[in-house]
Amino acid sequence: MNKTEEMLKFIDASDYQKSDAYNIRSNGKLVDRKVSPYINIETKNDKNGINVYIKDDTKFGIVHIPVIITKSGLKDVVYNDFYIGKNANVIILAGCGIHNDLHKDSEHDGIHRFFLSENAKVKYVEKHYGEGKGSGKKTLNPVTEIYMKPNSSMTIDSSQFKGVDDTLRVTKAYLDNNTTLTINEKIFTNNSQNAKSEFLVELNGENASTKITSRSIATEDSYQEFKSNIIGNNKCYAHVSCDAIIKDNGKVLAIPEIFAKNVDANLIHEASIGKIAGDQLIKLMTLGLSKKEAEEAIIKGFLK
Amino acid sequence: MLELQNVSVIIDNKKILDNINLKFDETKFYCITGPNGSGKSTLAKVIMGIIKPTKGKIIYNGIDITKKDINKRAQIGISFAFQQPITFKGITVFDLLNFASEKILSKKEACLILSKVGLCALEYIDRVVDNSLSGGELKRIEIASIIARNPKVAIFDEPEAGIDLWSFQNLNNIFKDLEKNNQGITIVISHQERILQIADEIILLNDGIVVKKGNINDVVDLIDNKKCCKQVNYE
Repeated sequence: MNKTEEMLKFIDASDYQKSDAYNIRSNGKLVDRKVSPYINIETKNDKNGINVYIKDDTKFGIVHIPVIITKSGLKDVVYNDFYIGKNANVIILAGCGIHNDLHKDSEHDGIHRFFLSENAKVKYVEKHYGEGKGSGKKTLNPVTEIYMKPNSSMTIDSSQFKGVDDTLRVTKAYLDNNTTLTINEKIFTNNSQNAKSEFLVELNGENASTKITSRSIATEDSYQEFKSNIIGNNKCYAHVSCDAIIKDNGKVLAIPEIFAKNVDANLIHEASIGKIAGDQLIKLMTLGLSKKEAEEAIIKGFLK
Repeated sequence: MLELQNVSVIIDNKKILDNINLKFDETKFYCITGPNGSGKSTLAKVIMGIIKPTKGKIIYNGIDITKKDINKRAQIGISFAFQQPITFKGITVFDLLNFASEKILSKKEACLILSKVGLCALEYIDRVVDNSLSGGELKRIEIASIIARNPKVAIFDEPEAGIDLWSFQNLNNIFKDLEKNNQGITIVISHQERILQIADEIILLNDGIVVKKGNINDVVDLIDNKKCCKQVNYE
């Protein structure tokens, strides 16, 4: 297994060839691509990146677009746009794996824009992973912009569990009538890693709704920041939940902002930060787990 | 046999348990009762190792376990069902039963355990053990986690509380099964008269002291049923 294949495995992209369409980018270059009669992928002419076109009425299409960086010192910035046709229903699997054994910093900034037509349905899964013995930093700064036409829906599952030194994750979404956006974010940081997430969601249409759930664990000397800014411009619903566990010297800052500009906007923000609850540890220890095993089980469950 | 020798617990200068001496024999069903604040839950937690005694010893099958951690006591067969079941984020009922049984259960085995506590297994097996479950459901799952351990010493802290719409007979069957299958000791903390009635021995506590040991007839006169919080009438 070469390094690229190994990194693909870590971001759950090993079986990309089974997808209807895929685009594999490694060290800033296209290495493999497949398109289907319903899903087209084109290289952008003006800058790095691709345009992905999902035709109207595409059902159960799967697109894989992983990015791998194994060259120390490379900064790869890509602009990927996704145009989702009416009534289309697709799963888009993205993610980035960085392997850096040397001292120069490696970075991937993926700027993804999603344009959902009426009735389109998208599930977007993004997994980030870093590894390497070198002192060079592994940095990932994903930007996701989402434009949702009436009756469309999107679910984002993003996770970053290991090895990424610096992350600034920015998500912006603009929702029209009867749209639903669900975001599940899971982050684990250790060493002296930094991870920041920012969400801006504008609920512009009637009955637009969003549910954002962030589960994070900050251990050792790591730092995490969660900022959310939800604006209700219409009769709409939002539920934002930031749930963090801190260990050792881990620090988490949660900054909630909800702004209701319409009397029928119903916006909720919940945030809780704390160490692992003692009674949870005790319960698992009464089942025979050591304190360490109990802690691991609680963390694994929390990030499941 | 499980034995408590001169066990005292002092917290914030307050004596919660005062020189407790008790022996628990295999295949016997014990009920610890007494008014609120009498030290019942503390006594149970001392046996499990959740609270360490300030003074005294706990001997199990001839071995001093006073200094053993909770998980070490669990590994020698002691288990404890919490009065207020603990909730988790992300840990499912199936996960919990797997931890409890210390092996990977088949779904069928897990379902069998859940059916013993009156839960329709397929509906619950993949549910997260969190507050989306009702108090009664959580309580039954808590009891299921004890059944999964096949304990030698099973301690239940007010198991009947909150178990609505489930017959007392089922709970009783669980106690009998545990006794029969494991030849073990069952210790139940309860105020409920119907649990007192099925106990082989009742231990009546008040103010951290064992007031009386015996069967229902021996202790009934000491318990005033007319008062809602059941005061102890002893001189």
